[in-house]
Amino acid sequence: MTVDLSLLPDGGVGWLDASGAHSDIVLSTRIRFARNVDGYAFTGRARDGERLRVLAQVREAVAGISSLREAVMYRLDELPPTSRALLHERHLVSKELAGLDVQHPLRSGAAVFLADGLGVMVNEEDHLRLQALRSGFALHEAFAAIDKLDRDLGARLPYSFHGEFGFLTACPTNVGTGMRASVLIHLPGLVLTKEIGKVLTSLQQMGLTYRGLYGEGSEVVGNFFQISNQTTLGRSEEELLDQLLRVVGHVVEREAEARRVLLRDAGYIIEDKLWRAYGTLRYARSLSFEEAMNYLSGVRLAVGLKLISSLSVYTLNKLLIFSQAAHLAFAEGRALTESETNLARARYVRKALEQEAGSVG
Amino acid sequence: MLCETCRERDAVVQLTTIENNGVHQLNLCEQCAAERGVETTLAKPKHPLGEFLQEVHQQVATAGAAKGAEGLRCSFCNTTMADFRATGRWGCARCYTNFEVGIRELLRRVHGNHRHVGRAYRAPVSETLERQAVLGELRDRLRRAIESEQFELAADLRDRIRVME
Repeated sequence: MTVDLSLLPDGGVGWLDASGAHSDIVLSTRIRFARNVDGYAFTGRARDGERLRVLAQVREAVAGISSLREAVMYRLDELPPTSRALLHERHLVSKELAGLDVQHPLRSGAAVFLADGLGVMVNEEDHLRLQALRSGFALHEAFAAIDKLDRDLGARLPYSFHGEFGFLTACPTNVGTGMRASVLIHLPGLVLTKEIGKVLTSLQQMGLTYRGLYGEGSEVVGNFFQISNQTTLGRSEEELLDQLLRVVGHVVEREAEARRVLLRDAGYIIEDKLWRAYGTLRYARSLSFEEAMNYLSGVRLAVGLKLISSLSVYTLNKLLIFSQAAHLAFAEGRALTESETNLARARYVRKALEQEAGSVG
Repeated sequence: MLCETCRERDAVVQLTTIENNGVHQLNLCEQCAAERGVETTLAKPKHPLGEFLQEVHQQVATAGAAKGAEGLRCSFCNTTMADFRATGRWGCARCYTNFEVGIRELLRRVHGNHRHVGRAYRAPVSETLERQAVLGELRDRLRRAIESEQFELAADLRDRIRVME
């Protein structure tokens, strides 16, 4: 069985459409809630049978929820590795749920329900990981969506909740609200002006943390950072959101300011550098993932600075997702070696840029 | 390549400065770069869990001797402190009650707080569970009614059980 992504509304990547606020700097907003179903051991400790019972119970509950009426369910434990990697590359399931993490082999009962901008991962580190994804900087919209889903689901399933500690989770760093709100943000200006170190340090002082493109444990590539709340206990959901909203708003301003400084003080150097990035992507015959990410970062900055005008942020967002290894293999219809992947990536990027090339330059 | 400032240590940083639209490149060692205010490493995010696990370790070492906490085992999922130390994960919701004292202290260290102030939650009352409880009671009464030969009552109870089933 392979995964049929055509079943998903927008292929599950509606959040790439660059429709949200500040979408040239903030790619997407994601909020996830960690929840456990009472009466079972947490996923890591549960037996196969218990995880399957959790899945059955969640399935029954999901059937009665209006926002998930059109949801598609994928049983990760029944999908081949390539399909699981595809879902992971689309940011629809975590590495752990997809069984792609060496430390966490694929679990029986691992599943995900996906609807428009909403997802419910079952048998991740916690029984339930609800998530809402939105394009651009849209914390309130994402929160409204996930809060409703959480109330609906929590009315049909008994969550593990403790009067003093709040929602109980396998990892103590998630206990309390169980909420992790994050924005995926592109900060090339702050990196180029070498301000980034200071910004990241001050984030930590304000109770926030950062990670790479794929969340926990992932590296920062292409100047993409995921900024999220560090703590989940002792502050309400609204306080945590407000803090993130304020600080990220400030980071967006600093990034915009850094971009202005770059253009003012180093106009032609920056322009040259970014056009070279575009040139490489447009004509290279082989591209590694890191290379592609770094050049795409440059081109994204050029579009943000209006140096390249006819290329849309949406196209760039799609390139980020569709130029990844599993997507390229999927498009080619077969497994690819690393060098074949690099060739396929360069071909894919060339074609996508060619299509929009009309008046570029 | 040697650092172009001190000419003693290896250059690890290439500092590009832009002045008057001209590019200047300077190869520096970490120390000389730092003196020029260049951050050579990104601030690493703190991993609270790492510190946290260390704390658990220390706490268990001291408290364990006195209270035998090391030997404590969750009554529901059998998780021990040693399991938690190895994985950084609790085994079930009951662990939070069984290891409550230690957990409270540890949450304070990780989150700076141990009291949830966010949304409150009340689990739905399960109709199935309630029904099961009522049925169980009716069956008990039916058994007793038959034992005490109260057949009229037994017939009534049997009918009620049938309806519920």
